[in-house]
Amino acid sequence: MFFRKILLSTALTALMSSAAFASDCGPSGKSVRILGSDFPAIQAVAGTAESNCSGSAGEFTVNLRDNTRDMMNQALTPNPAEYTSVIVANSTLTQLMNDGLVRPLNDLVEKYGSHLKPNQLITIDGKVMAVAFMANSQHLFSRTDILKQAGVNGVPSSVEEMVAAAEKIRAAGIMEHPIAMNMKVGWNVGEVFNLFFFANGGELFKKGSAEPNVNSAAGIAALNSVKSLLEYTHPDHLSQASNETQALWEGGKVAMAIMWGSRGAAVLDDEGSTAEVSSNTLLSAAPTANNGSIPAATLWWDGITIAKNIPDADAEASFAALVGGLTSDMMKEHNDKAIWLVDGFKPGPAAAGVSETAAAGAKPYPMIPYINLMHNALGSELVDFYKGNESAEDALADVEAAYVTAAKGAGYLN
Amino acid sequence: MTTISETRLSTLQVVSYFFVTVWLVIAAGPFLWTVWGSFKVQGDFFSKADWTNAIYGIFTQRETGAAFTFNGYYGAWIVEEFWRNVVNTSIIVFFTVVISLTIGTIGGYALARSGYRYAFWILMLALVFRAMPHITLVSGYMLPFFEWNIWGLKITTIVVLVAINQPFTLWMLHSFFLKIPKDMDESAMIDGCTQFQAFRYVIVPVMWPGVITTGLFSFLLAYNDYAVTSMLLSKPNETMVPAVASFLGTVQVQGNIMFAVAAVVSSTAPLFLLIMFFQRQIVSGLTAGAVKG
Amino acid sequence: MKHHTFFWFILPTLSAMVLFIALPIVSVIVQSLFVEHEKVLIVSKSCDPFGCTETTKIDAEATANLRADQPLGRFNGLGTYFDRSHLATKEVAKIWSSSNGYSSFLSGLMDLKFYKAMIFTLTYTFTVTPMVLVLGFAIAVGVNNLPKALRGIAIFISLLPFLVATIVGSMILSWMVDGEGIIGALLQNIFNDPTLSIKSSAPLTWIMLIFYGVWHTLPFSFITFYAGLQTVPSDILEAALIDGANKWQSMMQIVVPYLMPIVSFVTLMLLMDNFRVFEPIISFQAEAHAQSLSTFIQSDLREAGNPLYASASATSMLTIIGVIILLTPVLIRTWQDFNQKMH
Repeated sequence: MFFRKILLSTALTALMSSAAFASDCGPSGKSVRILGSDFPAIQAVAGTAESNCSGSAGEFTVNLRDNTRDMMNQALTPNPAEYTSVIVANSTLTQLMNDGLVRPLNDLVEKYGSHLKPNQLITIDGKVMAVAFMANSQHLFSRTDILKQAGVNGVPSSVEEMVAAAEKIRAAGIMEHPIAMNMKVGWNVGEVFNLFFFANGGELFKKGSAEPNVNSAAGIAALNSVKSLLEYTHPDHLSQASNETQALWEGGKVAMAIMWGSRGAAVLDDEGSTAEVSSNTLLSAAPTANNGSIPAATLWWDGITIAKNIPDADAEASFAALVGGLTSDMMKEHNDKAIWLVDGFKPGPAAAGVSETAAAGAKPYPMIPYINLMHNALGSELVDFYKGNESAEDALADVEAAYVTAAKGAGYLN
Repeated sequence: MTTISETRLSTLQVVSYFFVTVWLVIAAGPFLWTVWGSFKVQGDFFSKADWTNAIYGIFTQRETGAAFTFNGYYGAWIVEEFWRNVVNTSIIVFFTVVISLTIGTIGGYALARSGYRYAFWILMLALVFRAMPHITLVSGYMLPFFEWNIWGLKITTIVVLVAINQPFTLWMLHSFFLKIPKDMDESAMIDGCTQFQAFRYVIVPVMWPGVITTGLFSFLLAYNDYAVTSMLLSKPNETMVPAVASFLGTVQVQGNIMFAVAAVVSSTAPLFLLIMFFQRQIVSGLTAGAVKG
Repeated sequence: MKHHTFFWFILPTLSAMVLFIALPIVSVIVQSLFVEHEKVLIVSKSCDPFGCTETTKIDAEATANLRADQPLGRFNGLGTYFDRSHLATKEVAKIWSSSNGYSSFLSGLMDLKFYKAMIFTLTYTFTVTPMVLVLGFAIAVGVNNLPKALRGIAIFISLLPFLVATIVGSMILSWMVDGEGIIGALLQNIFNDPTLSIKSSAPLTWIMLIFYGVWHTLPFSFITFYAGLQTVPSDILEAALIDGANKWQSMMQIVVPYLMPIVSFVTLMLLMDNFRVFEPIISFQAEAHAQSLSTFIQSDLREAGNPLYASASATSMLTIIGVIILLTPVLIRTWQDFNQKMH
């Protein structure tokens, strides 16, 4: 009798808590339409939301495509918007906010986000505009066996140490071009500038305004940092992005590389590379430059936003579904798919580089409305310097001129 | 005299055969390499270590146990459900070609037979229309399509593809219609036919070489289109080219490139049948058409 | 043809083109004359997983009010056309006055991306177009002379560069041409230079892009000429041969003039498409050495975050104007042909 009561009450409690969990899908019968990029991590988050809440929603669609950024503004502009929620990153949040297309989430976080950690909330002036669930950055990959073979102690932690190590590797006849970086002209080469500019203490814009600040001592130092590394980089570097650098790494052709942490799992696995390469690959923090303390990296987050031009009930249902999926159970199932910010994440060796870089004080990719214009100008105008056709000052002057033209057209400058 | 002209003929023929053979090797080479590589893993086919890996399949052996693998095909067709994209492409391309040819044929015929100056200016206008980069046009379409709730549907893409390719279709058909002698339909009209009846009963039987060639290009333009289909179709309605693009990954995340390679190879096979059919139609068009006086 | 018959015949195709091309072109022209309103910026504090920093953000309400008053933006006239990212008239004048010879003027001009792109685009257009025309015609004649049984397979193979989805096809070619790829290794062998790398040298990259352009566009030229050859009446050819002309003479003096409308058509299409070259540059990741107007439009619309509509519209209009200038000789010829036929 007593036993049965206990059993019954435990069963009831269990039922109630699962029911309580199920009710965290927000108002039922609403429409949830999610837009995001097609990555395994986003598939995990959206998939968990779908399996939890598609039953209670009237309509639940998950749309993961590869050119989200090119159509999301137009998709969210009409009322009602085509999607109720978009999964964004640092640069794409500003893109949506510039057009006023996402809504503040403070009240929804209070209602459904008690399990979120405070650093997952992306706030602008106190208003929560997104809920982040994963982080990413660039960092250093090293082949410990080759470094040891060349007589280098440990793993380089600064640009100068990388250059010295590369020279030793070259002198020992092991590799002619031991370094790899994503220097493809366009977004990648602009991003590399950002990395070393921040490491040299630079600020992209003058405080509080849209005026550019790259043609400065920090900018020239950044270009020189990159140039010193390019001396030891594959001659085709201006056409190489992640697929090429990863292939160089997995083919055992380089000993040090600055690549994305999100590619860490792919690099460390046993596909595409021999055991000699993958077992001797070490992921560590991005290098510092010129005796600075900031690593040459930009930190990125991916997170959930909710559209503005939709009914409040749909917004609530979408938020509840997505945020309800950011639990430690979900992460246990998908632990290696990303560097999660969710409670209970256990970083594996693939996440070591990003964690160390973040801990070393790297700066996040700025969330400024006109950052993309600057990034674009950097990506197209620095080529002449890297090809040796222009001085650093002239190249940076060209960058500023190109940026000013674009910023005037977009209304950020007069 | 006959011997000299015969030997002259045969040197020209030898040169011609050699030339064509060189071209066929260059045209087929990369594709054959791709077919071979589609049965390997990414570590072999996209190797920076040693390109001969693609020939011997070193990493394929290591990762799958055999020198050849169907992983790419399995991934594309089963995991990513590429067959859906093939179905979408078939529907969209079929309707695009049919509608495009229908309105293009009567338009091209009218332009070829008009005889007035304004026909020339319409053709010039069409040329200017074609000069507009598609990416700008598509950027302009997106907001109105979202507002009117027609974004992402197959029918929208079909209409857009038909309209965007009309200038090319009109020019091609018009230049083929110019070759059909005027007296054919003129004599039919003298015999009492309306313009449309003359078109239907006299021109249509002989217009096939031009129409089929134009149809082939309409087909290829719609089939290979990326600018329009990547921005105007929702994921379930996607055609093959944007689907293949989505297998390629991004700067930050590795994609499944071998799925893309396998998908591309397997989507070329049905085109083989189409081309073989097409080339026979062209030749039969010859016997039906131009020889008649 | 009577006017009203013509009207009904042309109506479906004309309305499709007007609705989907003409009206957007008008809208693009209008957009190119305006720039966006001044954005009202507020200093704000943003916090993310990595800490808090001071940034700026846009005052959405104030900006929306400005937009509501004047939805098109601020009128800029032709300012966007002449700014540094386009024709750069002010910068060109500055370079002209400060340079002391043609070579220094040219190298100063190369700093401006529009002119750098134009040099590549024009070189590409004027090398690829004649090669594709001549080679396409030659291959069409060659395939036409093959025994009937081989024609089908020859046509299929000749169409392969056009058939294979270029996203993947050109990516694979890009890897093949790499220093570490099969074609790259072959070239290193032939020229006995183990450091030969096409992608690190601008002239070699241009040659590679031109080769690829020819290879990729030949099927179009080939198949059009092949279909045209099928329409050549055999009695004309026979008459010429009886008159004593050899194959080459009958080809040049009879077949080519007969096919002139098709030759004009192919030339027009090739000039237009080559001027708007985009896909080879992107697929071979050759932006370091080659740029075109189309890559600028892509950069403005897709890589600038919130698209720069005014700049992209101006570049699009400059593309159309460039195409018209380029096509003028061929158009004059077509006009003459047209007038001849009218009489």
